[in-house]
Amino acid sequence: MAEKLKPAEKLKKNRVSMRTQEPLERIQNFLEVPLGYSLAEAIEEAQRCLQCNPAYCVAGCPADVRIPQFIEKIIEEDIKGAFLEIKQTNALPAVCGRVCPQEEQCEGACIMNKKGKPIAIGRLERYVADWARQLDYSDAKKPSSKLGKKVAIVGSGPAGLACASDLAKLGYDVTIYEALHKPGGVLVYGIPEFRLPKSIVEYEVGQIKELGVEINLNYVVGLTKTVDELIQEYDAVFLANGAGAPSFLNIPGENLNGVYSASEFLTRSNLMKAYEFPNYATPIRVGQKAVVVGGGNVAMDAVRTAKRLGAKEATIVYRRSRKEMPARAEEIEHAEEEGIKFELLTNPVKILGDEYGNVVGIECVKMELGEPDESGRRRPKVVEGSNFVIDVDTVIIAIGQSANPIVARSATGVEINKWGYFVADEDGKTTHPKVWAGGDIVTGAATVILAVGAGKKAAKSIHETLSIKQ
Amino acid sequence: MYKILKKQKWSDTIFSNWVEAPFVAKAAQPGQFIILITKENGERIPLTIADSNPQEGWVQIVYQVVGASTLELSSMNEGENLYAFVGPLGMPSEVENFGGKVLIIGGGIGIAPIHPIAKKLKELGNHVISIIGARTKDLIIMEDKMKEASNELLIATDDGTYGQKGFVTNIMDDILKKESEAIKDIWAIGPPIMMKMCTRVANEHNKQIWVSLNSIMVDGTGMCGACRVSVGGKTKFACVDGPEFRGNLVNFEEMVLRQRQYCDQEREALVLLEEQIRRKASNG
Ligand SMILES: Cc1cc2nc3c(=O)[nH]c(=O)nc-3n(C[C@H](O)[C@H](O)[C@H](O)COP(=O)(O)OP(=O)(O)OC[C@H]3O[C@@H](n4cnc5c(N)ncnc54)[C@H](O)[C@@H]3O)c2cc1C
Ligand SMILES: Cc1cc2nc3c(=O)[nH]c(=O)nc-3n(C[C@H](O)[C@H](O)[C@H](O)COP(=O)(O)OP(=O)(O)OC[C@H]3O[C@@H](n4cnc5c(N)ncnc54)[C@H](O)[C@@H]3O)c2cc1C
Ligand code: SF4
Ligand code: SF4
Ligand code: FES
Repeated sequence: MAEKLKPAEKLKKNRVSMRTQEPLERIQNFLEVPLGYSLAEAIEEAQRCLQCNPAYCVAGCPADVRIPQFIEKIIEEDIKGAFLEIKQTNALPAVCGRVCPQEEQCEGACIMNKKGKPIAIGRLERYVADWARQLDYSDAKKPSSKLGKKVAIVGSGPAGLACASDLAKLGYDVTIYEALHKPGGVLVYGIPEFRLPKSIVEYEVGQIKELGVEINLNYVVGLTKTVDELIQEYDAVFLANGAGAPSFLNIPGENLNGVYSASEFLTRSNLMKAYEFPNYATPIRVGQKAVVVGGGNVAMDAVRTAKRLGAKEATIVYRRSRKEMPARAEEIEHAEEEGIKFELLTNPVKILGDEYGNVVGIECVKMELGEPDESGRRRPKVVEGSNFVIDVDTVIIAIGQSANPIVARSATGVEINKWGYFVADEDGKTTHPKVWAGGDIVTGAATVILAVGAGKKAAKSIHETLSIKQ
Repeated sequence: MYKILKKQKWSDTIFSNWVEAPFVAKAAQPGQFIILITKENGERIPLTIADSNPQEGWVQIVYQVVGASTLELSSMNEGENLYAFVGPLGMPSEVENFGGKVLIIGGGIGIAPIHPIAKKLKELGNHVISIIGARTKDLIIMEDKMKEASNELLIATDDGTYGQKGFVTNIMDDILKKESEAIKDIWAIGPPIMMKMCTRVANEHNKQIWVSLNSIMVDGTGMCGACRVSVGGKTKFACVDGPEFRGNLVNFEEMVLRQRQYCDQEREALVLLEEQIRRKASNG
């Protein structure tokens, strides 16, 4: 058991940084960039925690992770104990520890953030979850008593998985319907291997299956079976089909060969493993020069993937300035380290092709920032006559996703708003008494942890509703 | 799951598989397709539902070997399981009783996907005139089933080895010259060039025509945009908005260019697979 520090000593210490693969090395491979803590590093970081009561950090975690409790167990070198604390509420700790925007969640709420050095909760959570996975330690077991009630979940992304896990633990018979051939949603088709290894997703999904959750893959709700039919067959239905439809710029030349949506580019690379072509049969084209349009996390993932697939020059084109970029600071830094170029205050107006229909260039204009808009960010304006062309072999459009109508079309009595998202209250209740919804298909594209939180709230609400209705 | 129940070879390059897929069989409608993956490292390939039986829980597909994935599929045996099989995808054909005649045109491998549409149209009470065609006699498939699904069946081969010598468009043009008024709607499925020529003939007679677009696809559920096509100047996703569109509005040139997008990589994959198959064969 490691030493417990005095508060003054704790305040003096700094965050333990995490080792990463060297940029020049990592752009040659798809292995994870951050390498994780060692036990000693995890303990050193854990020792800084003030063990607050009430714990401010927990208020920032939609999965209600028992943060001070699990951190204390790390100090006690009881990693299994730490794991069990986390697993009480969070079914996806190795995923969340890696991809949560902790600066806006738990770490943003940590009291030590006032000093600018919040406890690295995400890294600690990751350490504990990795420990369990590496030792193949499992706490998953089927509940001893069943309630004899059935719940259908549409979509196996973080929202669906979190909901399934909580309901299964309570004794419900849970069946997930998933359109793709692998479970995980964006965790498997969107977020690249170098940020979230697919074996980790597979492992945590496997743990949820151990609870007795059934996952029907290759099953498109709305086509293979309608939501109306699910409502007939189940006691409750949770819609968690994500915001999967890609947006395009609607500029000339967008259907040229070599122009991708980020969703297509990343799906080919991640889900279909095109980076291992031809051993995996799905092809992908990158060429020497790739431009990614957009400034969010998806754009960063796409541009860093393009680099790894062999682009000599991989460039972000974004219409506002660096300050307005919605991507996490850490992702932008990683991209910069990897030699990604940034053309800021730049907006594409036209994509240019050759006689074979291949993209050869992207015509852009320079922008300047004007008055703030509704979001508080300064609105970009075109600088007249500033047109210029960037030579490219590949253009990837990463400007957002919207609602795919397939599920909603088959759900009578479940209201959607004007953008096609399901209307749901805080608990995920929709306008149909047997239907709940949560995650990106309610909020629009958001984050893994918000989807997890929505899945958990829906599980709680479904349980409350179904237990009253005895 | 997704067991190959039966497999038949119809010509050097054309095969048909009956696949166990009860959920798909139950929901399938004419005009819809499935996406399958042969093995864990395979790609997702779209194939039209040629026939299905909800009671027995199978779906029939008919495919031509054109590259690595279709070659791999043709090399799998009865009793083996496909890695994935999902559907039915896409919008069903807009069939109804039009109170008159409908013209159905299937070219080459396109005869398979046109068959369920013809069958349904006849069931609904339409007078179905079908034209099927191929390069040569051996490539004319499903003649008996098409005969059953049609009130009149006409056949064309490019080389004249069977039926009328020439293209399906020649017969189509003759019919429209004779009874354009009586033809209430037209469907044409086949290689892009054939669908384009059929559309040209339809335009000459001021007729609307449905074509089914075989764009390259990944998910097949509207999530990626790989399948986008220009229809009436607007971008559509063939997998969810189609695959059938009014040919009169389709930009065929763009579609053909987009289909060739991965030619180089496809050749590489094919060479690798052929090598693997050869090695497997020589190892007994
Ligand atoms: C490239 C990329 C990177 C991201 N990086 C981060 C990050 O670092 N951190 C972070 O917090 N968030 C990140 N996000 C956002 C985050 O992944 C999403 O907010 C989150 O996954 C939403 O979860 P969900 O469960 O609502 O939906 P999804 O993860 O989208 O899952 C929905 C599932 O439903 C399935 N489905 C859809 N339609 C049907 C149907 N008709 N029938 C059956 N199944 C269906 C889909 O195939 C999918 O598996 C990223 C997103 C992308 C695209
Ligand atoms: C909705 C839909 C329904 C289809 N139905 C059928 C069907 O019933 N029977 C059938 O045999 N085929 C059908 N196809 C075409 C079939 O999907 C392709 O032939 C197959 O994906 C080729 O894979 P491959 O790896 O064997 O060949 P690849 O190596 O990928 O391609 C070899 C050659 O075929 C061309 N090609 C590639 N993809 C397509 C495509 N999607 N359409 C046409 N040509 C293509 C390429 O340009 C290349 O020259 C359909 C396609 C779609 C989109
Ligand atoms: S789940 Fe996410 S928000 Fe919650 S403690 Fe873990 S990293 Fe923080
Ligand atoms: S708020 Fe920070 S210091 Fe306090 S218990 Fe949570 S992690 Fe520890
Ligand atoms: S194939 Fe992906 S959207 Fe059509």
